[in-house]
Amino acid sequence: MSELVNDISIVEEPQETLSMNPRKFIMWLFVVSIIMLFAAMTSAYLVRRAEGNWLEYDIPSIFSYSTIVLVVSSLTMHWAYLAAKKDNFTGLRIAITITFVLGAVFLYMQFQGWVNLVNENVFFVGNPAGSFMYIFTGLHGFHLISGLVVLIFALVASFRFRIHAKSLNQLEIAATYWHFLDILWLYLFFFLVYFH
Amino acid sequence: MATVSANPAIVAHATEHDHHEPQSFWRKYIFSEDHKTIAKQYLISGILWSIIGISLSVMFRLQLGFPNLKLGFLRPVLGSWINETDKLDPDFYLALVTMHGTIMVFFVLTAGLSGTFSNFLIPLQVGARDMASGFLNMLSYWFFFIASVVMFSSMFIETGPAAGGWVIYPPLSALPQAHKGSELGMTLWLISMALFIVSQLLGGINYITTVINLRTRGMSFSKLPLTIWAFLLTAILGLISFPVLLSAALLLIFDRSFGTSFYLSEIYIKGEALPNVGGSPILFQHLFWFLGHPEVYIVILPALGMTSEIIATNARKPIFGYRAMIASMMGIAFLAFIVWAHHMFVTGMNPFLGSIFMFLTLIIAVPSAVKAFNYITTLWRGNIRFTPAMLFSIGLVSFFISGGITGLILGNSALDIQLHDTYFVVAHFHLVMGAASAFGLLAGVYHWFPKMFGRMLDEKLGYVHFWLTFIGIYLVFFPMHYVGIAGFPRRYYAFTSYDFTKNIFADMNAFISLAAIFTFAAQWVFIYNFVNSLIRGKRATQNPWKSNTLEWTTPIIPGHGNWVGEIPAVYRWPYDYSKPGAKDDFIPQNVPYSQTPESNLPHENELISLESEIEAQNLNDQFKQPH
Repeated sequence: MSELVNDISIVEEPQETLSMNPRKFIMWLFVVSIIMLFAAMTSAYLVRRAEGNWLEYDIPSIFSYSTIVLVVSSLTMHWAYLAAKKDNFTGLRIAITITFVLGAVFLYMQFQGWVNLVNENVFFVGNPAGSFMYIFTGLHGFHLISGLVVLIFALVASFRFRIHAKSLNQLEIAATYWHFLDILWLYLFFFLVYFH
Repeated sequence: MATVSANPAIVAHATEHDHHEPQSFWRKYIFSEDHKTIAKQYLISGILWSIIGISLSVMFRLQLGFPNLKLGFLRPVLGSWINETDKLDPDFYLALVTMHGTIMVFFVLTAGLSGTFSNFLIPLQVGARDMASGFLNMLSYWFFFIASVVMFSSMFIETGPAAGGWVIYPPLSALPQAHKGSELGMTLWLISMALFIVSQLLGGINYITTVINLRTRGMSFSKLPLTIWAFLLTAILGLISFPVLLSAALLLIFDRSFGTSFYLSEIYIKGEALPNVGGSPILFQHLFWFLGHPEVYIVILPALGMTSEIIATNARKPIFGYRAMIASMMGIAFLAFIVWAHHMFVTGMNPFLGSIFMFLTLIIAVPSAVKAFNYITTLWRGNIRFTPAMLFSIGLVSFFISGGITGLILGNSALDIQLHDTYFVVAHFHLVMGAASAFGLLAGVYHWFPKMFGRMLDEKLGYVHFWLTFIGIYLVFFPMHYVGIAGFPRRYYAFTSYDFTKNIFADMNAFISLAAIFTFAAQWVFIYNFVNSLIRGKRATQNPWKSNTLEWTTPIIPGHGNWVGEIPAVYRWPYDYSKPGAKDDFIPQNVPYSQTPESNLPHENELISLESEIEAQNLNDQFKQPH
């Protein structure tokens, strides 16, 4: 049944312009709303910073390492996608699991970053320069947790053989979201490094 | 098409869907994923909220119009908010103003308007079985419902609901010790609005996806009804601006509850210095108005879209300037994001920056005027049928023009210094955005009631309702301009203790209040008509207004999936009214050119050869997709 349905979608798809899987489209619009959330936050940061009275401090180096961890997790996510395309189920499960673990490690490192900030006497309560740091990392972390939940769903689906070369939508949505969270962090990280 | 229908698996799948199991009461009416049911839920919620919201305004109008009136008779409703001297508590007056604004802008004219008609009309007019995701759509309503419950309950707590104005500017809103209304009421306001934003985002994402991905065969963007264009642009505005309000609210929550200083700089309260350093209250205004300004277009655009449709249908003429209408809506939507600082001319902004925002603001007059002219030229020499919906649509055009013109005055940064935060502003936005979009909402209810409930609203009561409301609204807001020019500031509890307001305009204020009570009373005609017609109304026919759009090709009461059998294909734009040579004065969108040789224009005859191509297109039928 599912194969038949897929055959049909192959026949149908090229004929309709401007049409994609609605679920994927919903994912992209969701991404747009998150982009606007962070665009507002970072522009608030710039507006506030331009007013002076801005606390200068060093960004803990652990944030650089966590950035690397997250980039690697994006690579393993892509590995999961390639494995699924080849119906390599073991590879798929391993890759999603590694991605998940790397995501969790990233979150732990972000938390350590907060601990380091506190040791530097940069607190959540105080000069907005420090508060914004916590807000950016915290909000991103919150979204990353939602990304981990999406990964768990993908992992469960992979064990039930619902993700395979002819049924990639769910994995593609998970991968899109995960890569987006990666790029979002890269943006925030370089933003913080450049404008602090 | 041949490949598709020849496939037995697909056919089996489709028939399987035609015989859906009957659903339980809860799934069918309460936790429904059907866009029509969700639309009705939004409509009923919106009507209930508007009764509450307008009653609040009547209460504070009593105080403003009759400052010496004993309000003891309101004690059964307001309890201890009426103090020992039978006067309205000044703190509660501010709460009333705040809640009136919040409820009317967000809960009635955003959720009640977009929620009802985007949900109801998008799938029906683009030719889809339902929204892209029925589940997200259901979540959207229930987030709105929880937001409503939280907001409603905030009116019954001891310290009263939020009272810092619907714009909740810090520091007033950020410091619980500043004001009664900044205590628990403000916290509940923020929680409610956060939930509301989630609801709007879920809804908006669904609307955009449905319009772009689930149009039926042949429904290209240049054949979309203007309603759908308006809903699409509204949803895009919401998707881009609501997250910004969420950011603003989030930072405010941290300032209030966790002691951060995003919006709070060195500040003394009750003679005591607060620990906060380095915040900027103006930052909040920037973030707030980046949503706040698009929000007024979120409120008005759906109303403009629906009235375009209603005016063309009832003038029996093609809409004048279909493409110009789309372009001007796009122009308005784009400009909406780059004019927010015109709300902030008096915050000490750099005057040069002010002049830029003034320039951008005044440009909005261009697309708005294009729309106004197009409405008028559509009406010009039309074969007009004055149905209640048509009257309300024409009323909208009237309000849009008379309220829009004062926008030109307020958009001027020099004039705004005098007029900022006076009743002139109140009169301006109540006409152009409040009354105009409320009329759009009412026009929509009168026009689509037969499709929603299978019965007609009573026309005579509709006429009575229209004239009382139309006259009443002008009686309320026209005099208000004068009060504003005289410098009366908005949100003041009373004008009795200032020299410049002491002895003037007391009679005018009393008159405005009487007109407001009159207009509110007139709305019960509508409520009665709505409830009565729901039960006893005349049965509707399939296409009572002889309209062209697809929703009138469904059964009188469309069931699950909207169309029985195939979804119709679309061959023409939705405005073929009174086409020369045609048998009837309307040709629905699903009638191919090959069937109307008598009325085809030369280029349309050429389109006949494309018809087989349209029919062969992929049908984005959700019943034929795996789900």
